[in-house]
Amino acid sequence: MQKEVQGYYIFMSYIDNILFVLLLAAGFGYFAVNVKKLVRNIKLGRDADRKDNPSERWSNMAMIALGQSKMVRRPVAGILHIIVYVGFVIINIELLEIIIDGIFGTHRLFSFMGGFYGFLIGFFEVLAFAVIVSVVIFWLRRNVVKLWRFAHGDLKGWPHNDANYILYFETVLMILFLTMNAADYYLQGVGAEHYTQAGAFPVSGFISPVFEGMATDTVILIERAAWWLHIIGILIFMNYLYFSKHLHILLAFPNTYYANLKPKGQFENLESVTNEVKLMMDPNADPFAAAPAPAEGEVPAKFGASDVQDLNWVQLMNAYTCTECGRCTASCPANLTGKKLSPRKIMMDTRDRLEEVGRNIDKNKGTFVEDGKTLLFDYITPEEIWACTTCNGCVEACPVNIDPLSIIMDLRKFLVMEQSAAPTELNGMMANIENNSAPWQYNQMDRLNWKEEA
Amino acid sequence: MSQEELKVPTMAEMMAQGQQPEVLFWVGCSGSFDDRAKKITKAFVRILNRANVSFAVLGTEEGCTGDPAKRAGNEFLFQMQAMMNIQVLDGYEVKKIVTACPHCFNTIKNEYPGLGGKYEVVHHTQFLKSLLDEGRLTIEGGQFKGKKITFHDPCYLGRANNVYEAPRDLIEKLDAELIEMKRSRRNGLCCGAGGAQMFKEPEPGRKDVNVERTEEALETQPEIIAAGCPFCNTMLTDGVKAKNREADVKVLDVAELIANAQDL
Repeated sequence: MQKEVQGYYIFMSYIDNILFVLLLAAGFGYFAVNVKKLVRNIKLGRDADRKDNPSERWSNMAMIALGQSKMVRRPVAGILHIIVYVGFVIINIELLEIIIDGIFGTHRLFSFMGGFYGFLIGFFEVLAFAVIVSVVIFWLRRNVVKLWRFAHGDLKGWPHNDANYILYFETVLMILFLTMNAADYYLQGVGAEHYTQAGAFPVSGFISPVFEGMATDTVILIERAAWWLHIIGILIFMNYLYFSKHLHILLAFPNTYYANLKPKGQFENLESVTNEVKLMMDPNADPFAAAPAPAEGEVPAKFGASDVQDLNWVQLMNAYTCTECGRCTASCPANLTGKKLSPRKIMMDTRDRLEEVGRNIDKNKGTFVEDGKTLLFDYITPEEIWACTTCNGCVEACPVNIDPLSIIMDLRKFLVMEQSAAPTELNGMMANIENNSAPWQYNQMDRLNWKEEA
Repeated sequence: MSQEELKVPTMAEMMAQGQQPEVLFWVGCSGSFDDRAKKITKAFVRILNRANVSFAVLGTEEGCTGDPAKRAGNEFLFQMQAMMNIQVLDGYEVKKIVTACPHCFNTIKNEYPGLGGKYEVVHHTQFLKSLLDEGRLTIEGGQFKGKKITFHDPCYLGRANNVYEAPRDLIEKLDAELIEMKRSRRNGLCCGAGGAQMFKEPEPGRKDVNVERTEEALETQPEIIAAGCPFCNTMLTDGVKAKNREADVKVLDVAELIANAQDL
């Protein structure tokens, strides 16, 4: 009996630690489930070989994702973004201490580092404050100033709310972090048990006076509550990523690594077509030979793409990476002149359709069951893709090297090569090329006439 | 403009004489057939003649590179054109190609190698720049001295292939005042012709792309809008007409600027 009671007390004294570990396991566990789903969905795409030239790929990732080199092409957004980005990466160093403290029931375990610890905490606080300021400016740009890219029709409904939720989340997390520190600082001052003198509090030092006159126990409660809510908030935020455009904070890295390295004007040559054309032009080919029988169960390759499974995995990763900033659409000549095409919408549609396909697979025990829908037609209309001038403005503008143009081109190939559904004038142009090797109706024999014309 | 006869040998003629030119001039469909673009072709030939460059054209053996077919989604037609052209080019053992059309430039340079056609391909502005650097061509400002010129970056020269400086270097050699548009170099706005748009009506919208770009060019108060692409040239010329400014603003190719400056 005595022993049981003792055991109960030991258990109770560890209840915080146990709860914390369970919470952590749940947070990371659910995240892992969604990451698995994400990887599976991306792998629904076709193969694309992007393993060449690793040194250039690493350098692109370092410059563009880590170094934010394309972000700062728009200096205001770029600098604010760097503050939030650096803030989150650096403040997450503090997360390491929080997790260890949580598991072992310690308090500010790293404070043995003394002055350096003070510097770190102080630096985190300044960053946290700068993050709040930047996030407020971001919110104003989106909701009050209503920048063209953010007021754009692409973002109606969920995407607009999603963007704001992220900003609210970031603000709340930073406020909790500062509240936790402010209470801690106050408790250090009054000599509360466990709250050893540690850290420097250049920002929360201004908040801590609000605790004057409160009971020490109350302030401890506030400090604990802020500490718990902060870590819970981070776990929720991490799990929100998969359902949000905010996934870019992770995918920007692989996305820049695997991005196309060839000149932007070089469009992929379809190998299946090359083989056929070579055969056609081969004087020794037997014109009456039967086509080789397809291998068992082999589906003939489709030209171009009508749905997400026809795109390659890099294009699908692109879709998950897109954070809907709209720099692509703001540089698109078609969209700027009022056409329906918006490269941002191409990426959002691709992701939405891919998610739909993923849910379909989940529901049907791992296999996709035809749902009568496709990316082309149900999400993206031919009118949109025919408005593209292939100018590469969107590709150049993307801060994380997403390539909406490659998707547009694959959809066009499907329309033309599988459905013969090109706009009439383009059919005329192509007929001319076939007949007289020029897009206009001029005889090839007249190609040098200009020489004789005065 | 002088009426001196143009010397335009064909590869076939050269071969018959047992000669191999330094460079093949790929004229392109626009440069061969479009009345406006033919002037660019002739201006470029005059410069080549003046600089005594040994060059030749394919003439009636040249065919569309397939660029508009490929951008329109017809990969099959593109590769047919590409393979036919590669057979002709390889038959003449062509090593180096110059073209005044960024679309031909991009296609032959980037998309032909994968189909077996490997050549050194340069845009005519790059070629003229190299003639200048080698001292084979001298450029004087002439009538363009002090004139305000803005340069429109063709997408398939600029963003597609990162060639931004060659045309600008040439314009500056004219002692002209080069003024940049708000969106230039890698941020340059398309003229609206690329991706086979040249051959179709635009989708419904508020405005035509070429008008948007021309308005931006006109904001720089230019006397001349310089282009490096026959399609951009057409689009901008139409834009200038749409804004009723054809009396005081000219759209000229960089090659025309240089040829006109030397009274060629």
